[in-house]
Amino acid sequence: MKTINRWLLPEGIEEILPPKARQIEHLCRELIDLLNSWGYEFVIPPMIEYLESLLTGTGEDLDLKTFKLTDQLSGRMMGFRADMTPQVARIDAHLLKQNVPTRLCYLGSILHTRPAKSGDTRAPLQLGAELYGHSGVASDIEIVKLMISTLKKAGIDKLYLDLGHIGIFRALSRASSCDSEQQTVIFEMLQRKAKAELLTFYKEKKIKDAASLAICDLIDMNGGIDVIKEALKAFSKIDKSINADLKELKTLVKSLTDESNVDIHIDLAELRGYHYHTGMVYTAYVAGKGEGIAFGGRYDDIGEAFGRARPATGFSADIKSLVKYCRQDKAPVRIFAPAKGDEKLEKTISKLRSEGKIIVRELACQKASAKQMQCSKYLANEKGKWVIKSS
Amino acid sequence: MSDILTIAVSKGRIFEDAMPLLKQVGIVPNEDPEKSRKLVLETNQPDVRLLIIRATDVPTYVERGAAELGIAGKDVLMEYIGDDIYEPLDLGTAKCRMMLAGLKKPKPITDRPRVATKYTNITKNYFSAKGQQVEIIKLYGSMELGPVLGLSDWIVDLVDTGNTLKANGLITLEHIADISSRMIVNKAAMKMKSARIKPILEHLEEVVSRNS
Repeated sequence: MKTINRWLLPEGIEEILPPKARQIEHLCRELIDLLNSWGYEFVIPPMIEYLESLLTGTGEDLDLKTFKLTDQLSGRMMGFRADMTPQVARIDAHLLKQNVPTRLCYLGSILHTRPAKSGDTRAPLQLGAELYGHSGVASDIEIVKLMISTLKKAGIDKLYLDLGHIGIFRALSRASSCDSEQQTVIFEMLQRKAKAELLTFYKEKKIKDAASLAICDLIDMNGGIDVIKEALKAFSKIDKSINADLKELKTLVKSLTDESNVDIHIDLAELRGYHYHTGMVYTAYVAGKGEGIAFGGRYDDIGEAFGRARPATGFSADIKSLVKYCRQDKAPVRIFAPAKGDEKLEKTISKLRSEGKIIVRELACQKASAKQMQCSKYLANEKGKWVIKSS
Repeated sequence: MSDILTIAVSKGRIFEDAMPLLKQVGIVPNEDPEKSRKLVLETNQPDVRLLIIRATDVPTYVERGAAELGIAGKDVLMEYIGDDIYEPLDLGTAKCRMMLAGLKKPKPITDRPRVATKYTNITKNYFSAKGQQVEIIKLYGSMELGPVLGLSDWIVDLVDTGNTLKANGLITLEHIADISSRMIVNKAAMKMKSARIKPILEHLEEVVSRNS
């Protein structure tokens, strides 16, 4: 028995058929238009490039996610991008060399060696917007608002926004007495919010300095805006930079109060993308989905690796998961046109096509009818005139 | 995610030990899972239901958001590949130990030691942390037979009273981890339904610390 089916696609790789493909294409256009209208210019980074430049300043996670191959021309290792953000950061730092705020957006396929969870896609269609050259909270506000607009445009009516600030954990880590090995353990436990485990670990290792204990307190610091007040009270003595971080977060939250249908949640122990992000991080959730749908945050240091440190913030999302929330538009009307006709028919077809109508031309001796060709209308000759009729 | 709160839990000891705790925070199932064949049990609270599934499936359901909360043994969580779950509470129930065990009168080991276990990830991580190379043999049960029949030199297994080991001429050699039931939470649910979930967790934490 043959057990290999040669037409099967690899795990996590899919082909998208009509009508979903049309919806995706439509959504891509709408979202790119939206990003353009906010002044974000479209860039097309290469799909594949040398590994060093692809992975610079990113971290181990991305390395493991990247498909690699050897370039036959140079003998060097190349990688298929697993995230476009570092590529766009390089474009800003290395190629554009402007000293003004730069706004860029992008859309393209990325590949992951392993799916995030079993059953997930390994080929997301990444859409993103990045804002370089501004370090204040104003650029974070713009990116979060743009992220909200993008998701609403995609058809998501009700959003949950989770905000955090990597700077707080970084400051506490710096102030804590733990060595780097212990910090790795603490970091891992913090990501799981495993408070009891962390306290046991502290007891075992006799860790009791204020900063380390404050790290443990971070676990409970999630909820509404009151969390910021609570944190200000608890952490202000440990490191002054934390005050500034919390104030930034507060400004961001306040700027979002006029957004309708957006629930805001603050989680000071949210460390997604810790090795990459440097400031505020934002994740959008939607009811019915157990994981985030759009991710963003500040990453000020990455450009340095490309020769020019530039403050940066941005967000990205997978179009393939966004399209599930798209309002279902009706399938477009297809009009069937006969193979044989007069000059007037040719003119009518050209005119209709230029108006954006879909004309499916019959081929000579074709056996399929208008209906079989999925056309709900057809062109018919009535008294010398070509008119559209319903079939 | 609807407004219903789903708690995934496995039958048997984990369920029996956790129910008194849930009862103290006001959640009582309407039926006994040992008697009912239903996989979804309603509770006295209209917006809370229990999902009765296999222990190893609990983290999968919770990570993917099919259940907001779950109760799972630390052994299952350590074995689970994937780190996208919150583990905020140690319930302190269904306690036992993950141990390395071998024959009371061991035969000399000449090659790389062979370890029979159901817990291949835990075993791999334990020995790689020690820097020791071992061959892992995956079994689905009755690991104690491994050393007895010469299939393996050691076993890694959960040990409660140690009676099964003793009856088969095995002794514990090294302690790998303390195991107990944990409350796990889906990351998105923790953020989207925090107003509903946080009070339950806080209440449970109180109950657990009072009991211990």
